[in-house]
Amino acid sequence: MRIGVVTFPGSLDDVDARRAVGMGGHEAVELWHGDHDLRGVEAIILPGGFSYGDYLRCGAISRFSPVMTEVVGAAQRGMPVLGICNGFQILCESHLLPGALIRNDHRKFVCSDQRLRIENNRTPWTSSYAEGAEVTIVLKNGEGGYVADEDTLDRLEGEGRVVARYLGDNPNGSLRAIAGITNERGNVVGLMPHPEHAVEDLCGPGTDGLGFFTGALTQAVAAGLLG
Amino acid sequence: MSRVVVDVMLKPEILDPQGKAVHGALPRLGFTGVNDVRQGKRFELEVEGEVTDDVLARVHELAGTLLSNPVIEDFVVHVEGDGAPHGKHKA
Repeated sequence: MRIGVVTFPGSLDDVDARRAVGMGGHEAVELWHGDHDLRGVEAIILPGGFSYGDYLRCGAISRFSPVMTEVVGAAQRGMPVLGICNGFQILCESHLLPGALIRNDHRKFVCSDQRLRIENNRTPWTSSYAEGAEVTIVLKNGEGGYVADEDTLDRLEGEGRVVARYLGDNPNGSLRAIAGITNERGNVVGLMPHPEHAVEDLCGPGTDGLGFFTGALTQAVAAGLLG
Repeated sequence: MSRVVVDVMLKPEILDPQGKAVHGALPRLGFTGVNDVRQGKRFELEVEGEVTDDVLARVHELAGTLLSNPVIEDFVVHVEGDGAPHGKHKA
């Protein structure tokens, strides 16, 4: 499967994401923020970092980059899209996902090995995990506090759209300890922790993140999980 | 040339850690009697010609699309020198 990884000016984790895609058995395709086409990819990752320097708001300027017009269109047609950290912020700014990410409530940058529970394994990005699986994945953010109004939070919970939740102490003030969510269709996933940093035993807390990049993605698409 | 000002503030119910940090620093500087601080953003737009209703409508669109995120922020548009705010936007 060809999985595109978009590089914006200020992206940091695009190389790690491409590497994780390869380790997951897929072909990583470099996409540039100024691109007007998606080069035939079948899924897209928006990586972490500080696109456009986090100027204005995290993800606010990236949303209007040429490639995002293509990404939004593809997402609306059902293509799997995963936004990690800054990618999650871009997906919220693009209105592909509800809510927003604000500065951590304790005002400090957090960088830790974070325990998570995978609460929805019906997305193409999480289908290799057991529902309720507890995993450890790197978390590193300054503006990772997930917020949305109560109605939106209730809807996300009621529709099973909370994909991952923080375990233990809430690391950044996210409402209802939400670490990741999906859209109604289940093809777009935003995740604040970084699975691409948890794919090897040598560096990082283990390989719990690899499941986001493995063959389950292909299986999910083949099985019509995307509707 | 005219100047149109857009002030963007976090909605009251959204936590403002930066404002809290500023507020926390005030007593150390000897400032007392300040109960709360909220931090926002001010944009000054230099626009061509007169500020017509059409120009203001476009500024409102710009403010609601790029300058603010309606999920977490409200904005107010002023024409500089005019004094009167041209509508307060709450999503």
